Amino acid sequence: MKNSWVKTIAFYAFVVFIVVQAVFPLYYAIITSFKSGTALFEISYWPTTFDLSNYQSVLFKGQGAFIGNLWNSLWVATLTVTIALFLGVTAAYSLSRIKFRGRGLLLMTILAVSMFPQVAVLAGLFQVVQTLGLYNTDWSLIFSYTIFTLPFTVWVLTTFMRDLPIELEEAAIVDGATPWIIIRRIFMPLMWPALVTTGLLAFIAAWNEYLFALTFTASSDKNRTVPVGIAMLSGSSDHEIPWGAIMAASVIVTLPLIALVLIFQKKIIAGLTAGGVKG
Amino acid sequence: MASIELKNVKKSFGAVEVIKGVNLEIKSGEFMVFVGPSGCGKSTLLRLIAGLEDITSGTLSFEGKVVNALAPSKRGIAMVFQSYALYPHMTVFDNMAFGMELAGGGKAEIKARVEKAADLLQITPYLTRLPKQLSGGQRQRVAIGRAIVRDPKVFLFDEPLSNLDAALRVATRLEIAKLHHSMDNVTMIYVTHDQVEAMTLADRICVLRDGLVEQVGTPLELYEKPDNIFVAGFIGSPKMNFLDGKFAESHKAHTIGIRAEHLEFVSKGGWPGKIIHAETLGSDSYLFVDIGAKEPIIVRENGTTKHGLHTKVSVAPIKGRVHSFNSDGRAITATSTRKK
Repeated sequence: MKNSWVKTIAFYAFVVFIVVQAVFPLYYAIITSFKSGTALFEISYWPTTFDLSNYQSVLFKGQGAFIGNLWNSLWVATLTVTIALFLGVTAAYSLSRIKFRGRGLLLMTILAVSMFPQVAVLAGLFQVVQTLGLYNTDWSLIFSYTIFTLPFTVWVLTTFMRDLPIELEEAAIVDGATPWIIIRRIFMPLMWPALVTTGLLAFIAAWNEYLFALTFTASSDKNRTVPVGIAMLSGSSDHEIPWGAIMAASVIVTLPLIALVLIFQKKIIAGLTAGGVKG
Repeated sequence: MASIELKNVKKSFGAVEVIKGVNLEIKSGEFMVFVGPSGCGKSTLLRLIAGLEDITSGTLSFEGKVVNALAPSKRGIAMVFQSYALYPHMTVFDNMAFGMELAGGGKAEIKARVEKAADLLQITPYLTRLPKQLSGGQRQRVAIGRAIVRDPKVFLFDEPLSNLDAALRVATRLEIAKLHHSMDNVTMIYVTHDQVEAMTLADRICVLRDGLVEQVGTPLELYEKPDNIFVAGFIGSPKMNFLDGKFAESHKAHTIGIRAEHLEFVSKGGWPGKIIHAETLGSDSYLFVDIGAKEPIIVRENGTTKHGLHTKVSVAPIKGRVHSFNSDGRAITATSTRKK
């Protein structure tokens, strides 16, 4: 009995450690965002003041540039997810269900693409973006994010689709369904968990991406996404880093993601386990 | 109503030839059963007829029209799968309506047809449920219902009863038979590895082995006049007794086959032997008699047996019920057997 007490305490101590380690940075950002003036530089672990002026300055100063950035992020991430899911589902159908020469090689190539470090392809991608005339537009980001999101999306959806019983498809074929109808009416409803999971991960990746956003849209104020927007926040002088505003902006940027995860929580779990067990 | 004709149909998967040249005619309105051991190609043959697999060579025609390249949905077929293959996210009603909906049927017509089929199969109370809320037997009925709604000329069944338990299998078998009686001129093709299902359901049976047709005929033809040892052994339960060597020589054959029900105990003559095992089923008994052949022979007796274990007995075949086969396993014509 004594032994089990020790085990229980050790277990919960470990849980607390992990939770604190994961949540503390965000918690610190939140309490800092409510501070102002010199209070910002005093270390405290409990909320001392509740001052919304940082939020006010982020949202309404600078001709609403930050809100513009938010909209940009939303637009870029949403479109990236839409394109990636559409291409991912159709690619997954052919990769999992249609026999063709070089299918295994193609799958491996797709996996290999997802292993490229961003920084390695940055210069090349910059050339492509400029040649296509996308520099300083949202499309440069949508284009490059889709490239990096697709391999993962295709892989997860392919493994998921491969595990759907072949008879379902055959029954639909006998019923007179075309491949597109099979994808839309039979497979997509069954793949909701996988679609939500991959879609959400793609959304988060696009929402948080910094390197491409900085490189491809650096000189255009109105096409920036929020991570770059936050980095470019400036204080009243060049030597002042507006920590309060930065923290407030970070908290604002985090909220949509938390909301999305909470909404789709159940589906995500189903999707992750389905992929994990069957993959 | 469709007559189906296969002419020298072959199917290869890569280098492996699965169907090695099948010639077969299925009459309009017929209940045809494909039967054979696993791996004989019976399911593949059904899928070729359905159009789910491409025919490598040869022709498949429906009512004289070659349909090799026709899409499954254009062939006027409906298929019932072993695993039911119901769409898990759709209600029973939507499952049954899906095909007609794709074909562009009117809402009222679809509703009428689904309800009629549901009524026929007694699944009306379940129309609003999802497949996962149904038992195995109910799911199979929905799958059959989905086939009926499409009003096909040809029904294809791919081992539809394999996933059901024994009692339900017999009940559903009866329902499929009734369904065939109740529908005018609808051709049914049914794949099974269970020869009892084949015997009870079929108008004609096609016995397949290794991608070739061994024999086609009515259940009784196959039972009474098997063309070869394979068919003789496959059809009938328990398996036909085969004897060779000195037992066959007296019948001028390489091998002779006698069914358990065509053997009787005699007081003199016959083959002397000893009873080594008895299976008592109530209605009849199967006695395993060691007569010095490779395997004990099985003798059927009506009712319960009077013979105890280890009794010495003499066994003889009923006249005219001995099947003789030559060294290739082909039947030596029945008439010559009968004369003996």
